[in-house]
Amino acid sequence: MTSLKIMSALVTSNDMIAKDIYRLCLFCKNGFKDAPCGGFVNLYTDDNSLLLPRPISICESENDSLTLIFKVVGKGTELFSRLKIGDNVRVSSPLGNGFDTAFLKEGAAALLAGGGVGIPPMLNLAKKLMQQHVKTIAVLGFRDEPFLVDEFKKAKADVHICTDTGSHGFKGNVVELIKKENLTADGAFACGPKIMLKFFSEYTKEQGIPTFISMEERMGCGFGACVGCAIDLKMSDGAVVRKKVCRDGPVFRASEVIF
Amino acid sequence: MSNLDLSVDICKTHWKNPITTASGTFSWSDSSRWYDPSLLGAVTLKGVAPEMWMGNPSPRIAETYGGMINSVGLQNPGVDYFMEHELPLMKDADTVKIANVAGHSIEEYCLVCEKLSDSCVDILEVNISCPNVKLGGIGFGTDSKMAFEVTKAVKKVSKKPVFIKLTPNVTDIAEIARAAESGGADGITLINTLLGMRIDVERSSPVVANKLGGFSGPAIKPVAVRMVYQVRNAVKIPIIGLGGIMTGEDAAEFIMAGADAVAVGSAALFNPTAPIDVLNGLEAFMERRGFNNIKEIRDSFLEREGK
Repeated sequence: MTSLKIMSALVTSNDMIAKDIYRLCLFCKNGFKDAPCGGFVNLYTDDNSLLLPRPISICESENDSLTLIFKVVGKGTELFSRLKIGDNVRVSSPLGNGFDTAFLKEGAAALLAGGGVGIPPMLNLAKKLMQQHVKTIAVLGFRDEPFLVDEFKKAKADVHICTDTGSHGFKGNVVELIKKENLTADGAFACGPKIMLKFFSEYTKEQGIPTFISMEERMGCGFGACVGCAIDLKMSDGAVVRKKVCRDGPVFRASEVIF
Repeated sequence: MSNLDLSVDICKTHWKNPITTASGTFSWSDSSRWYDPSLLGAVTLKGVAPEMWMGNPSPRIAETYGGMINSVGLQNPGVDYFMEHELPLMKDADTVKIANVAGHSIEEYCLVCEKLSDSCVDILEVNISCPNVKLGGIGFGTDSKMAFEVTKAVKKVSKKPVFIKLTPNVTDIAEIARAAESGGADGITLINTLLGMRIDVERSSPVVANKLGGFSGPAIKPVAVRMVYQVRNAVKIPIIGLGGIMTGEDAAEFIMAGADAVAVGSAALFNPTAPIDVLNGLEAFMERRGFNNIKEIRDSFLEREGK
């Protein structure tokens, strides 16, 4: 019955890979087994003024190791950015429900869209799709400085880049680029700012592509107990239900999300 | 190893230890993924109303120094769903089950208590911090006459012991506790969250969408201990004490202040196994101080006070 725990993981590397963006690699024997693709972990600080966990999406995972990519946005993530090789950090077992890719057959095509720190979980998805022999088109949107692009290429993704500043790739947002390139596929997946998810979902709906999106909401506990991270979904029968992003998501069918 | 006896008997229910969960921070299905809830003396479940409540809009959570603010707004699926889908999960578990009751009127409180009287629930905990919609939204728990009336009414329809959960957002907590006792309450739970607010100064906007929320966590513990102490001196009925308990020593502090049992709340959101960690911590504390049972912890403080 009890399957989850808070573990002490060893920091094996922690590097800045773009401005304010860090790649943190952790080791914990069998700690990350069966991590859902699109799931997250709770990361804890040792600072008593920051008692709540920081939920961070899983970028890559193996049985014993975990890669997280986060942006420094406040005091908690600032503390994580200062973790050094050999430090220990408290981390939860993998949480949340991931992307359903079972409906994509061998040779099918998937459209992946990621914006900012919504990009890291899409890498795990690209790797999973590669193993499934699904063709991946990855459209990645950055503010200015790209990251993880080579990793997506290694996962055999056809990568398209855009930046807000125009410093790299197309100048504009992910959805503008998708429309400009007339990109389409048999399944679509996205993670990023809510506004991006909204326009992406509208586009894939027009195209009739089954779409799954990873939602974000401010969380309390991160495992379902506090009901802090509620979002409204519209079910196929028209009923509006309030779900928990941490426990019922973070991945939802785009057709059910009320923006 | 040791002859520690952590058990307590409260309103004819036998608790194997004095630790329960605080309402709103525990659900059987979610929390049991981290630990076995039947290790606890009791479990206190999320508040339930007669019908589904949607709660407040998101964001609902704000972090603050030594604690947090929540404005969940008692989102719950309603008592019928609760009885059909949630209670069966713990029906046979060897722990005392405490249901928490929410309502917007005396009739609503009574309806839920009446339904839960015919269930596996052992104790009803009535959250009187809810606004009374018929009286312009004044909290039942902020007025001693209303606290008395709601207690009297739910006692009449309940076949289980009734605990009244008090809000700390009052001038004189002892007066409200006495009103609940005169209304026939079998016990008092305190404290609920303190009313709080946070403003994001970078965006000039409130941090939770509801603007105001319930402030909880270790920062509020001294207020909670003080109120348990004041209520202990005002009423004879059992007290479940809570407010910022993070460790076994914190639990002992509430027991010395006069609590018969204690609840672990926000700590379980900061660390999912906190109720078990507090239990283990209390045991270690008792061994260290040489206490054999819970009564000895409480008496050690009362003796000092000359009582």
